[in-house]
Amino acid sequence: MAQVEETSKRMFAGLSDVSISGDIPVEGEINVPVGTPSQDKEYSTLDEPVKDTILRDLKAVGKKFVHVMYPKKSSALLRDWDLWGPLLLCVTLALMLQGGSVDSKEDGGPQFAEVFVIIWFGSVIITLNSKLLGGTISFFQSLCVLGYCIMPLTVAMVVCRLVLLGGSWGFSFIVRLIVVTASFSWSTFASTAFLADCQPPNRKALVVYPVFLFYFVIGWMILTFSPSA
Amino acid sequence: TMASPDDLKFQEFEEATDLLLADPGASTLSMSGSSSTAPAGATGDIKLDMSDDEGQEESSELLRGEKQTSGFWTFEYYQSFFNVDTMQVLDRVKRSLVPLPGRNFIKHTLQSSPDLYGPFWICVTLVFSLAISGNLSTFLNSLGSPDYHYRPQFHRVTIAAVVIFLYAWLVPLGVWGFLTWRQREERQQSGYSFLETVCVYGYSLFIYIPTSVLWILPFEWLRWLLILVAMVISGSVLVLTFWPVVRDDTQVTAFATVATIVVLHALLSIGCKMYFFQTATRTPVPTLAPNHTAPQLTNKTH
Repeated sequence: MAQVEETSKRMFAGLSDVSISGDIPVEGEINVPVGTPSQDKEYSTLDEPVKDTILRDLKAVGKKFVHVMYPKKSSALLRDWDLWGPLLLCVTLALMLQGGSVDSKEDGGPQFAEVFVIIWFGSVIITLNSKLLGGTISFFQSLCVLGYCIMPLTVAMVVCRLVLLGGSWGFSFIVRLIVVTASFSWSTFASTAFLADCQPPNRKALVVYPVFLFYFVIGWMILTFSPSA
Repeated sequence: TMASPDDLKFQEFEEATDLLLADPGASTLSMSGSSSTAPAGATGDIKLDMSDDEGQEESSELLRGEKQTSGFWTFEYYQSFFNVDTMQVLDRVKRSLVPLPGRNFIKHTLQSSPDLYGPFWICVTLVFSLAISGNLSTFLNSLGSPDYHYRPQFHRVTIAAVVIFLYAWLVPLGVWGFLTWRQREERQQSGYSFLETVCVYGYSLFIYIPTSVLWILPFEWLRWLLILVAMVISGSVLVLTFWPVVRDDTQVTAFATVATIVVLHALLSIGCKMYFFQTATRTPVPTLAPNHTAPQLTNKTH
């Protein structure tokens, strides 16, 4: 008994000699969010001219738009998330959906607030859904991806308004239908390319379906936009 | 003299292995990923400060063994309601479409793992399919008349959402409350949890999604036939689920309960059909009917 005590005391004595000045080395992956490139840390961004700050953010937003146009499985969109792009797209889309069927508030198209609520509330619900199903994407990253992927639909809205100048029915309707269908499929495909990797494989379809429904509803709002008589 | 940090790390690892060799039965705690070697007693006490992603993975794994031990304020509690795979959801939807006598939906299909994914997204899809199909059918009805101006009728989405979600949550609440109260009164054994009731109601609404799309076709006899078929299928899912629970009760209560469930379900489907899919004889917006046609042809002045 005494022998065991002595050996354990010797071992524990060795442990107590070890002074741990830093952290305990931990195994596993720590995802360090790589935000701005390291050269930013060398100088304070407070001193730079405002133009530089704005241009840097605009460049980041622009880069993400390009990523949506050509959706490859790059992680740049996920790492440096921002919500400027989604806000810009949402406001543009909501504004362009106004000015139709202005006779009565009852039977008209969606109001500005309704579009806003559908887009943001819908994105939040889809993000929560994907996280509840065990997704590894963070809340704001998912909002960022869903918001940026509205871009094809906004482009379709612009095209539709231009086409509507030439009449509502017949050929114009067919063109609008094709444009909206193409852009809504593009949006779904683009956001799935970014989001699907963050899901366990047997639940991918469960996450993709709400995204499909979301862009389908926005596409329907765009397609049914009819200007005032 | 102080050893360099590298030496310290290496030394510590050696110490740990020495300890383990001396006493192999000692409890170990690995800090990476899911700790399958941690003893059962330690899981409750030790809170590992992991990043968001790893934390969810670990606790959802734990939850499969121990049901819902987290409080309702934690994220993991709600994650336990979404613990389904694609194939499971598809299977549950299929079973709700084909109710067989003797196949209690809750007992056979859910098997004590109800989910909220199915009911929630079925309700959302139903809301939009009702609003969109209703809008399309109104448009098709008025295709002939020259003074019809297409309107998206977006307010219908709001109305559909309120009606469907109230039905999908309040009616199960009422049914569950009533059944639980009777169960306590009559001291019966089996009862369903609130979540299972919501789940069976949610999945029973699935048949209305294709029904609402088919309601676009402007044939009255077809629409009533579709209502009948949908009611039979959806109603029998509910009846087959709730009958075994109420049949031990008094005859009157049992029949009254089942009848109420069926009647409420019928009211929902008939009400949806009549509001969203109006026949060609009636104008879609009766309030504006008298003055409506005249301003249409002239410019609007505000």
